[in-house]
Amino acid sequence: MAGVQLVKVTKNFGSVVAVDDFSLDIADKEFMVLLGPSGCGKSTVLRMIAGLEAPTSGEVFIGDQLMNGVAPKDRDVAMVFQSYALYPHKTVRANIEFPLKTRGVDSKLRNAAVADAAAVLGLADLLDRKPGQLSGGQRQRVALARALVRDPQVFCMDEPLSNLDAKLRGETRSELVALHRRLGSTFVYVTHDQVEAMTMGSRIAVIVSGVLQQVGSPTDVYDRPANIFVATFLGTPPMNIFPAQLFEAGEHSVGVRPEHVRFVDSHSGGVEATIRLVEHLGHEVHVTGVLADGTVVVARHGGEEASPRSGDMVTVSAEARHRHRFDVSGRRLA
Amino acid sequence: MFRRRGDGLIASAMLAPAIAILSIFVVYPLGRAVWLGHLRCDATGRKCRTSGWMQYFDVLRSSDFQHALKVTFVYALLTVPAGLVIGVGLAVLADKQIRGIGFFRTIFSSTVATSVAVASLIWFVLLQPQVGLLPDMLSMFGVMKNPGLLNDAGTALPAIAITSIWANLGFTFIIVTAALQSIPAELFESAMMDGAGGWKRFTNVTIPMLSPTLLFVSVVLVTRAFQAYAEVDLLTKGGPNPERSTETVTYLIYGQTSLVKNDIGLKSTTAVLLFVILLVLSLVQFRSLERRVHYGN
Amino acid sequence: MATNTAVAKQQKSWRIYGRYALLILVTLIVVFPIYATVLSAFKSGPDSLDHPRSLLPTGLTLDTMRAAWNLGHMGRLLWNSLFVSVAVTIGVIITSVLAAYAFTFINFWGRRFVFGFCLATLLVPVEATVVINQRLIDSFGWKNSYQGLIVPLLATAFGIFLIRQVFMTVPKELIEAASLDGVGHFGLLREVAMPLARPTLGALALFTFLGTWNQYLWPQAVVDDQEHRTIQIGLDALRSADINRFNLITAGTVIGALPIFVVLVAFQRQLVRGLTAGAIKG
Repeated sequence: MAGVQLVKVTKNFGSVVAVDDFSLDIADKEFMVLLGPSGCGKSTVLRMIAGLEAPTSGEVFIGDQLMNGVAPKDRDVAMVFQSYALYPHKTVRANIEFPLKTRGVDSKLRNAAVADAAAVLGLADLLDRKPGQLSGGQRQRVALARALVRDPQVFCMDEPLSNLDAKLRGETRSELVALHRRLGSTFVYVTHDQVEAMTMGSRIAVIVSGVLQQVGSPTDVYDRPANIFVATFLGTPPMNIFPAQLFEAGEHSVGVRPEHVRFVDSHSGGVEATIRLVEHLGHEVHVTGVLADGTVVVARHGGEEASPRSGDMVTVSAEARHRHRFDVSGRRLA
Repeated sequence: MFRRRGDGLIASAMLAPAIAILSIFVVYPLGRAVWLGHLRCDATGRKCRTSGWMQYFDVLRSSDFQHALKVTFVYALLTVPAGLVIGVGLAVLADKQIRGIGFFRTIFSSTVATSVAVASLIWFVLLQPQVGLLPDMLSMFGVMKNPGLLNDAGTALPAIAITSIWANLGFTFIIVTAALQSIPAELFESAMMDGAGGWKRFTNVTIPMLSPTLLFVSVVLVTRAFQAYAEVDLLTKGGPNPERSTETVTYLIYGQTSLVKNDIGLKSTTAVLLFVILLVLSLVQFRSLERRVHYGN
Repeated sequence: MATNTAVAKQQKSWRIYGRYALLILVTLIVVFPIYATVLSAFKSGPDSLDHPRSLLPTGLTLDTMRAAWNLGHMGRLLWNSLFVSVAVTIGVIITSVLAAYAFTFINFWGRRFVFGFCLATLLVPVEATVVINQRLIDSFGWKNSYQGLIVPLLATAFGIFLIRQVFMTVPKELIEAASLDGVGHFGLLREVAMPLARPTLGALALFTFLGTWNQYLWPQAVVDDQEHRTIQIGLDALRSADINRFNLITAGTVIGALPIFVVLVAFQRQLVRGLTAGAIKG
């Protein structure tokens, strides 16, 4: 069993609280994504799982064993760093076999393991090159191979795709998902990119300012965001947030996703908006309108319907079932 | 860059001072020395007779030159490896963000403030048997003979070497520390995750990543060793005699007891030979170590 | 388990104690020569020999320092060193900046060749040129003079190289814009190139000053009278056969080393920048 549990983990760097009373249960074989903006503490959580940082308080369990005070190399955890951290002076082969070499695995077994990992990641032809001679995507795969070769219980990955160009990122995303399915190990994956989170994770843990906001499947987190932050972080363009009065009675806030916002003809009454911008993206259309008080509203639709034109006066409408309600502190209501 | 009218003139004007100085005081002297090297002259260079270009080989093969070369070579052997090891050792020792580390780093860098003359005089006093706080301490360990380390043919050169190692400490420390700090932390973390303990991390990450810096430092230290003059002049004047145990090549040329003082032809020959040796050394070091040096991403 | 953490913590503190112990040990070794020297400079002659008492800060006096200052003409020595070092530093800065500008921003005929010429001089150590330079200076009548000490050192390939590196980082667009604005070469130098190079100039200045101050072979070759001696070659005069006056040397050394010490403390950053400029190119 190799699940990971964080129990009330806090990490302070001097007076800065990087991670605050964080508890999370990661199931064995799960693909857990830690998602959040830069500096939110997600990398710190990952590093505490790997053993590169020690919690100021709280416990970390891997496979039901307490890992506090246990060195990284004894945790059976592998880490893929954002910058790949390949040894620049070693060949690809030497890089991949290094974790085995330090553990005294004999050369026959080592070579077999390296050959396997190289085959899985398509690196067989590159084994004698040095990292300096490889492309970004190739280097990333070497970093993965190095982690793979140890057959660890848990794979930690710190924004591994952020240094790749968009096209490569897309390809590598699906490769990583396939790899996860093939290996059947637990993956803990840190990113600030919501598309990666939504497409790769079995569950997403949204973290802001060191505090866990919500954990759930991608659909959970998207359809039933626990607070305004999660609601506006996931989804592009982001959810529109309005004071409730625009649609219904109450002191709370109402959030409506752009795909659920309708701009209809003005004579139906209700909230009025002036269309400022209509953007045709090809597969969909983004319509931006401005309310009387200056609030910006963005709507999104597939392009089959007609769009209003810039300058038109329209009414903003959203069906009740598509309204997300948040209280004064931002938390979800019912 | 673009060319404009009058540019050539401006360029000439800007370059003139530097080119003039370099030509008159660097290139000309070297050239003239090479020429004088095949003559035998008096001290002023007025009365010269041709000796032939073989003079270079004659001086090279002469026992005095060979002796000085040997002394210099041993001196380099004593100071450079030790200097590198100590420098790296101290830099690694001081590479932790613990309380008060700034104080220690300043101490370790401090010898960079000493000139060769100052460092030599400091150790000169320390090494005198009469004054010697050091000799007294050392005699407790039975290391010292009484005439003093500097006056004993066997220990004079090592004594100067210690002076030099001490003086170069600061320089080496500063440079290696800066290089250490430029190694990305993630490499060490990755090695940690890969199961490498402290020593393995040192040999697999620290040393390879430091290699360009170590090359640079070693070239500087070797050059300094082969140029050794002030320390000899101040500590032993090439002695103790008659063994001439500390007569380095530079001292052979310019020292008080120099054999070629009064013959500017021979003096030039020896100086040019020294120049060639230094040149060859630098090139050899660059070539042979550059193959092993890794130059990062 | 809790014991794992406790054991780990204990192991960690032994490591830290060990490190501090080593640090202190090395500090003592490195500092001892300096400590002994400075201390003996503040003791009277006989006192400085009376050990182990001589290692303790008792019986301090300024007499020895005063004697060293007078006997060794330290004032003159320091002034000479200062004058020469400052003059050379200013000279090197000027020649380096001008030459570097020409190499970087003016595409003149033969540029590569002239640059190669300068680069080649980097390989020539002072030991090779002293023989002839000494005669040259003599023939100008500059022996035992400030000019003799200063002039040959007024330009270095190192300085030209260093400043050229910085000038090369000026973006091409900036130069094109300047030319469109009608700014001439000297304007470009003043408004664009120099401000960019300021930190490097600081490092070069410090280095040149230090290097000149610390020179031994060249001053010794040029100067043998009292008036123009620099501090490095002048300290030797404080040596005395009288064992009771041995610490005159240490006193002189302290006086001689103090200015540089102060300068380095004040300009630490430039020092490190200069030293690492060549080393960490990677």
